[in-house]
Amino acid sequence: MSAQPFVVLDGIAKRWKGALGVQDICLTIEEGSFVALLGPSGCGKSTTLRLLAGLETPDEGRIMIDGADVTHRPASARNLSMVFQSYALFPHLSVAENVMFGMKVRRVPKAERLRSLHRAMEITGLLGFEDRKPNELSGGQRQRVALARAIVAGQRLCLMDEPLSNLDAKLRHAVRKDIKKLQQDLGITVVYVTHDQTEAMSMADKVVLMRDGEIQQIGTPEQLYSQPENTFAAEFVGAPPMALIDGAALPGFSDGHTIGVRAENIVLAETGQGDLQCRVTDCEFLGAETFIGLQHPQARGLTLKVAGLKNIPAGQVIDIVLARETLLSFDKEGRKIPQG
Amino acid sequence: MNKYANQERRRRAIYGYLLLTPAAVLLSLFAFYPSVATLWSSMFSRGTRRHPTEFVGAGNYNDLFSDPTFWLVVKNNLFYAGITIPLSMFIALSMALWANSKISAKGFVRTAYFTPTVLPMIAAANLWLFFYTPGLGVLDQIGALFGLPSVNWLGQPETALWAIIIVTVWKESGFFMIFYLAALQTIPTDLKEAADLEGASRWTYTRRIVLPLLMPTTLFIAVNAMINSVKLIDHLFILTKGGPSDSTKLILYYIWEMAFAFFDAPHAAAMTIMVLLVLGIIAAVQFFYMDKRTHYQ
Repeated sequence: MSAQPFVVLDGIAKRWKGALGVQDICLTIEEGSFVALLGPSGCGKSTTLRLLAGLETPDEGRIMIDGADVTHRPASARNLSMVFQSYALFPHLSVAENVMFGMKVRRVPKAERLRSLHRAMEITGLLGFEDRKPNELSGGQRQRVALARAIVAGQRLCLMDEPLSNLDAKLRHAVRKDIKKLQQDLGITVVYVTHDQTEAMSMADKVVLMRDGEIQQIGTPEQLYSQPENTFAAEFVGAPPMALIDGAALPGFSDGHTIGVRAENIVLAETGQGDLQCRVTDCEFLGAETFIGLQHPQARGLTLKVAGLKNIPAGQVIDIVLARETLLSFDKEGRKIPQG
Repeated sequence: MNKYANQERRRRAIYGYLLLTPAAVLLSLFAFYPSVATLWSSMFSRGTRRHPTEFVGAGNYNDLFSDPTFWLVVKNNLFYAGITIPLSMFIALSMALWANSKISAKGFVRTAYFTPTVLPMIAAANLWLFFYTPGLGVLDQIGALFGLPSVNWLGQPETALWAIIIVTVWKESGFFMIFYLAALQTIPTDLKEAADLEGASRWTYTRRIVLPLLMPTTLFIAVNAMINSVKLIDHLFILTKGGPSDSTKLILYYIWEMAFAFFDAPHAAAMTIMVLLVLGIIAAVQFFYMDKRTHYQ
């Protein structure tokens, strides 16, 4: 990694009529990395992206891209491309015209325009669709047109605002791989906004978890998964999320603390020999494994992972054992307590 | 099975016709029948005590074609339409683009623009009569401040039609603006953002994205403006009564005059038929030709 980060957000804040948008956003992004802004809706992740894109102006803080202070530069002078959630395709223009719009505006010669178009169509698998109008395309194809438009822009930084949220689950999975591959092939830096933790975890080199306009945790997917900084991160990341248990319910833990445990660290025990006694609420069969939802008065989100198909009738009481060395403790405010 | 399917189809057909009936009855009674009756009466001579009504075929039409006043009225109306339609549409579009952008007192601006449309034409005409009156009128008073001579805007053939045109444009622009404004608000804001990111200027964005997306509205407004240019004559009654020396006489006013001042119903009918024919052709051309070049969302 080079010494100078590619993108720097330094103490960014944005408010609307007194209401908080985002605040204290400090973030550095290395060139060529894939960064996901993750969080529930209304957490400020899209705002952050729009601030970075130049579609909004921050009230405080500085934005640097490639060593230049771009805080007050318009969107067009920031050398970036963007894929919108709604794709923002021009409905009256054909696919080719949509993709070449920016080049036409920048007066790129026609031969070069056509060459770039062809290449982008090839990469996105849209050859043969050049003359279609956006409303004659499926959702996935429209999405790829939006990608093609970002590709031909030839910028080193590409922002994506929930580009997959309008696609069905199967397509989403396929396009996810395409985007990741594209990012690696072109060697570009991608900042990707999503509310879907699976997307963030599977694609990103670095995940930025946000809530209520503030960054909760920045780290690799692995760090977010196994070392959540607070209970919010613990419950937001992972499928199933981390279970949180009142410290009082477990022997050897102090009262005010909350204990976090991942589903894979919970094991079924003999009756009367477990750490906790829970009631089964439901069984979710996923093919290779079954998630068994558990209920306990002092815990929430307890899930037991069992290989293969397992059907335990709801209401049955079972005992579970927690793998002690994997447990995480959080204090009253939900912050992680350093181990050891 | 087949029998039930047939029954169902018939039931649906009856249902469909029942839904269409009220509109069909009303239209036949108040639009189709009067049109046919007008066509019929335009082919008979005007009955007097000595010459009873008789069939003259195209006679009434021939009379009109040899009537210099008719041609003057046609010329006036073409000029009136040729100026008011593009001008009011252009002003409407400009106002809409402005009222749609981020300005303060947006609500006030929109209301202010729309006010002329709400006013009845007769009231508006009275208002403008006050503006145009020589000596007392607002225009003359302002002119006097700069030492300009008094002008009788409505009283001289050179300026009268222009004065009428200005009143019409003032009245129509606000109305058309509302349509443009509504259409502008259906354009998603992220199109503007996408264009911004690509470095498109405001002008490029307007020309390449906004105007094409407004085409359906423009077409609709154009047809309306065309019809209005023949239909709107209330202000003539207040402002000029077609004068001076027929310089502001428009077709519908002439038809009214023919029918109710000269009591020459057959000639009025003949003129009505011609207006209907011309409007029909224009509307057909606009819809069939322009439709192909218009993008509907």
